Amino acid sequence: MSASEFRRTLLDEGILVPGGVTGLYHRSFAFERIARGVESYVSHAGDVAESRRLYFPPVMAKSTLVKSGYLRSFPDLVGVISTFGGSDRELPALLARVDAEEEWSDLLVSTDVAMCSAACHSLFPLFQGDTLGRDGTVYEIQGTCFRHEPSEDPARMQSFRQHEFVYLGTAEGALAHRTYWLERGTELLGALGLAVEVVVANDPFFGRAGRLLATGQLEKELKYEITSPISSAVAGAIASGNYHEDHFGVDFRILLEDGSPVHSACIGFGLERISLALVLAYGTHVDQWPGDVRHLLQLETGRLAP
Amino acid sequence: MSSTSDSIRQVLESHGQLPVGISTLRNGDDLYQNGLTSHASVNVMLALEDTFNIEFPDSMLRKSTFQSVAAIAEVLISLGVEEPQH
Repeated sequence: MSASEFRRTLLDEGILVPGGVTGLYHRSFAFERIARGVESYVSHAGDVAESRRLYFPPVMAKSTLVKSGYLRSFPDLVGVISTFGGSDRELPALLARVDAEEEWSDLLVSTDVAMCSAACHSLFPLFQGDTLGRDGTVYEIQGTCFRHEPSEDPARMQSFRQHEFVYLGTAEGALAHRTYWLERGTELLGALGLAVEVVVANDPFFGRAGRLLATGQLEKELKYEITSPISSAVAGAIASGNYHEDHFGVDFRILLEDGSPVHSACIGFGLERISLALVLAYGTHVDQWPGDVRHLLQLETGRLAP
Repeated sequence: MSSTSDSIRQVLESHGQLPVGISTLRNGDDLYQNGLTSHASVNVMLALEDTFNIEFPDSMLRKSTFQSVAAIAEVLISLGVEEPQH
């Protein structure tokens, strides 16, 4: 099945509902049940204390786009929230454009809010200026992320959830966290019957200069992906394990007790992509999925996973 | 007249954001080991293109191209940049 055939099936069967713009979808109850089943399944494997579990909104401080380095590396993927900043006197000009069906958004002004670029980008500012112990810390987080990359391939949504386990601490601790979670993640996703594979990967850095960043990332093996067929036989990332070196420690001034910047690493599970991979593998009728998969994802009842 | 190495050093001074003065480094010293970050290397690459009026082909957009002053000079010569006559 091609990605466009799969997309057709998802829409025809009502698993996803078109959101009015390419790459934007509403989720049916059936789809959400799968996604939350995956969330609950992955979350149980992490066993992180409640006090270190955070759910971020789909937006974040605009300053985080800059501090995290995301704007510098991926300017074509970001989203910033704008609003009308004028008075009564300026409003007619805006509405005249609207009535004339002309572009009106250039009359808005930027707010302090941006679309969340990656779940862990909302986490690091919480530690800004802090000093952490040598043992470091692990957080379980979830964020709805935005990427401006409209595509007909349902595997590439503009808005999607990342469920992450993030470590901040020493370099050794960060690498150990990533190694552990790549193995555990492969095991978890493999147990759902997905044809998973771990590969070295690079992020889609912008432009020609981005090629330099991408080759550097590949040479240092900073990013690994757990891949599986998602919307066609072609495998794509359903989870990724990233070692950030001291990038966020430096940018957010998060230090260890010896004064050196913390190193960090994360494993991110793409809830939508894993859900799609499962639908591709087992079909649109959850009731007909293999019993063990339904059991692991708590899909036996008609309710959302707790 | 300045040599190619001098011009490379000027670019590194302006765009390399190195924690050490470029004058303290020899032509063969590893720039990454001396604090050249990946983001700064991108700025160095763009500045070299402007300074020498060249464009690095995609195959050269890798870390090793910008490893040292000597490595950069070698790549520039391979791209047709000529050492000024004294």
